[in-house]
Amino acid sequence: MDLALLISIVAVAIQAGVSLVYATVGEIFTERSGVLNLGVEGMMIMGAVTAFAAAYHSGSAWLGVLTAVAVGAALALIHAFLTITLRADQVVSGLALTIFGSGLASFLGQRLGPGGKPLVGLVGPRFMPVELPVLSEIPVVGKALFAQNVLVYIMYVLVPVAAYWIYKTRPGLHLRAVGENPATADALGIGVFRTRYAYTVFGGMLVGLGGAALSLAYTPGWTENITGGRGWIAIALVIFALWDPWRALLGALLFGGVNAIQFRLQAAGTTIPAPFLNMLPYLFTILVLTIVTVYESVSKRVGAPAALGLPYVRGERTG
Amino acid sequence: MPLQIEPRLAPSRLANVLAPLVAIVLALLFSGILLVAVGVDPLETYRAMLRGAFGSAYAISETLVRATPLMFTGLAVSIAFRMLFWNIGAEGQLAMGAFAASGVALFLSQSVPWLKGPALLLAMALAAFAAGAVWGLIPGSLKAFLGVNEIITSLMLNYVAILWIQYLYYGPWKDPQGFGFPGTARFPDDAVLPRLKDTAWLPQLFDTGRVHWGLFLAIVAAVLLWLVLDRTRWGYEIKVIGENPRAARYAGMNIVRNILLVMIVSGGLAGLAGFSQVAGISYRLQQGIVVGDGYTAIIVAWLARLNPFGVLLVATLLAALFVGGDQIQITMGLPAAVAQVLQGAILFFVLASSFFTQYRIRWTGRRAAVVGEQ
Repeated sequence: MDLALLISIVAVAIQAGVSLVYATVGEIFTERSGVLNLGVEGMMIMGAVTAFAAAYHSGSAWLGVLTAVAVGAALALIHAFLTITLRADQVVSGLALTIFGSGLASFLGQRLGPGGKPLVGLVGPRFMPVELPVLSEIPVVGKALFAQNVLVYIMYVLVPVAAYWIYKTRPGLHLRAVGENPATADALGIGVFRTRYAYTVFGGMLVGLGGAALSLAYTPGWTENITGGRGWIAIALVIFALWDPWRALLGALLFGGVNAIQFRLQAAGTTIPAPFLNMLPYLFTILVLTIVTVYESVSKRVGAPAALGLPYVRGERTG
Repeated sequence: MPLQIEPRLAPSRLANVLAPLVAIVLALLFSGILLVAVGVDPLETYRAMLRGAFGSAYAISETLVRATPLMFTGLAVSIAFRMLFWNIGAEGQLAMGAFAASGVALFLSQSVPWLKGPALLLAMALAAFAAGAVWGLIPGSLKAFLGVNEIITSLMLNYVAILWIQYLYYGPWKDPQGFGFPGTARFPDDAVLPRLKDTAWLPQLFDTGRVHWGLFLAIVAAVLLWLVLDRTRWGYEIKVIGENPRAARYAGMNIVRNILLVMIVSGGLAGLAGFSQVAGISYRLQQGIVVGDGYTAIIVAWLARLNPFGVLLVATLLAALFVGGDQIQITMGLPAAVAQVLQGAILFFVLASSFFTQYRIRWTGRRAAVVGEQ
C-alpha cells in the first residue's frame, strides 16, 4: 500500500473515531465507579441533536458542544438517580435511557428547526480542520494528525489526562476503590454514592460530547439515526479496552479505520455491495469482543470492576 | 436524616397495584412538561392519542394490528430475560424471520409443487422460527461457550440483519415490476395470513379491519409459553438459573444447554413476529417491517414482569401509544416519536416505583437519626 493512501486512511480513521473515543472514555469512567450505563446510544444521539440545534440557532458551534455536554449530564443523572439511589436494575434503566433518548432525539429533530420545523437538511456551524503550525509540517504523519478539527485536539489531551487521573491521582484511586469494593471504600470514608453520582454524570457529559462530535464535525447536520449504533460499539470498546483509556483510543481508531477502509472501497468502486461493507463495523465488533473475552479468560485477566452492575447498600453483602 | 429505608419483608399488595399506576401518571406528567417546553399542549395531545388508539372500531383494530408483532417480540424477550440472558436482538431475529418467510413464499413455493394452501403458511412460519432461532443462537452460543457479552453481540446482529434484508429488497429480490419501489414482489395468495373479517366461520361482531390470524398465533404462543414456564421442569430451571445461577449449577442444571434452548425459543418467537408482519400485513418483504419492535419488546417484557399474559396486555397498551402517536402526526402534525418518549418515560417511572414495592421508607424520629446518619 502506498504511503499517501495509508496516511489518508489514518486521517479518516481519526475523524471517524473521535466520537467513539469520547463515548468510550466516558463510559469507562462510569463503569470504573461500578455503574453500568447502557444508555450511551440514547445520550449520544441526544447530544448530537441538541448540539446541532443549539449551534444552528446561536451560530456558535461551541455553544452546541456545551449544550450536548449539559444534556448528556442531565440524562446520566436520571440513570444515576434510578440505579444508585433507588437501586433499580442497571441494565433495564440503561436500556430505558437509550429508548427514551432515541425517541426524544427523533422528536426534537422534527421540532427544533426554525419555526418548529424539522432540523433535517439544515446547514449550521461546524468545526473545520485547523492546521496546527509546526506540528502539521512533521513529515509523513503531520497532516494526518495535526490538520484536524478542534474536537480531535481535545481528544489528544483527554486520553492521557483520563489515564493519569484514573491511575495516578488520589481521586482516581478512590474511583477504582468504589468500583472494585464499595464496602471497603465506604469504610475508608470515601463517599460511595457521591463518587458514583459524580462519575456517572461526568461519563454522560463525555458521551454527549461524542454526540456533538458527530453532528458538528464528522457528519455535520442532523439525520435520523445519526449515531447508527456507535453508542453500543462504545460499550463494546470499553470491554475491548479492559477499562483503560489508552486502549480505548486504540480500539476507537481501529474502528475508525474500518470505517475509513469501507469508504475507500466504496469510493474505489468495489463490486462488493454497500450493505455488506456497512456490516463490517458490527461484525468486527462481535469478532473483537469474542477475541478479547477469550483472551481474558485464558490469561485469567479480569478487566471489569468487581462491583460493576451491583447497587451498593450500606451494611448489606453484595456479590 | 430521620428517614430510614428498609426492605419490605412481605410484599405490599397496595404498593404493587398502586406503584405502576402512579408511575404511568407521573410519566404522563413528565412527558407533558417536555411537550409544554417545545410549545405543544399536552392535554390535547394525549386526548388525540387516546382517540386515535381506542376511539372507534377502526382505531381498536389498528391497535391490535400494531400489537401483534409486539406480542411475539415481547414473549421472545421475556423468556430470555427470565434467565437473565439479555437478548437485545429481537429486532434482528424478527428481520431474519421476515427474510426466511419471504424466501419460502416467493421462491421455495415455486419449486416445490406441494407447497400450497395451509402447508405453505406452515412452512413459512417454520422457516421464520428457524431463521430467528439461528440468529438468536449466535449470541447464545458465544455466551454459553465463550462467555461473550450477549447484550453487545445480539445488538450488533440487529444491524447486520437489517442491512441484509435491505440488500435483498433493494437488490436481488427487488420486484422488477415495482416501479423502483424498494420491496419484493407480492406473495402468492396462499402465502397470506387471512384477515379475521375474511374468515367465514368467525362471527363478525364489528369491523376488525386489518386484524389477521397472526394475533391468534401470538395468543396461542403466550399460552404455550405460560404452560412451559409455569408448569414444566424446564420452566423451573430457567427461573432458578435466572434467580441464582450458582445454586442452579450446584443443583446440576446444565446452563450451557439451557442458554441454547432458551435462545432457540426466544429467537424463534421473534422470527415469528417477522412472519406475522410479512404474511399478515405487507404481503412482501419491504421497508417498514423492522421498526423497533425488538427494542419496544424490552419495555413490554419488563412492564409485564416477564409474564406471558402480561405481555399480551402491555403489548396492546404500548401499541395504543404507537397508533395514537401516528394519529397525532396526521391530525396535529406532531412527530410520532412522542409515543417512544412516553414509553421510555413510563419505563423510568416504573423502575423508580419498583423501589417502593421492595422497600419502605420509615420516619424514625430524631433519636434514630443520630445512629443512622450517613
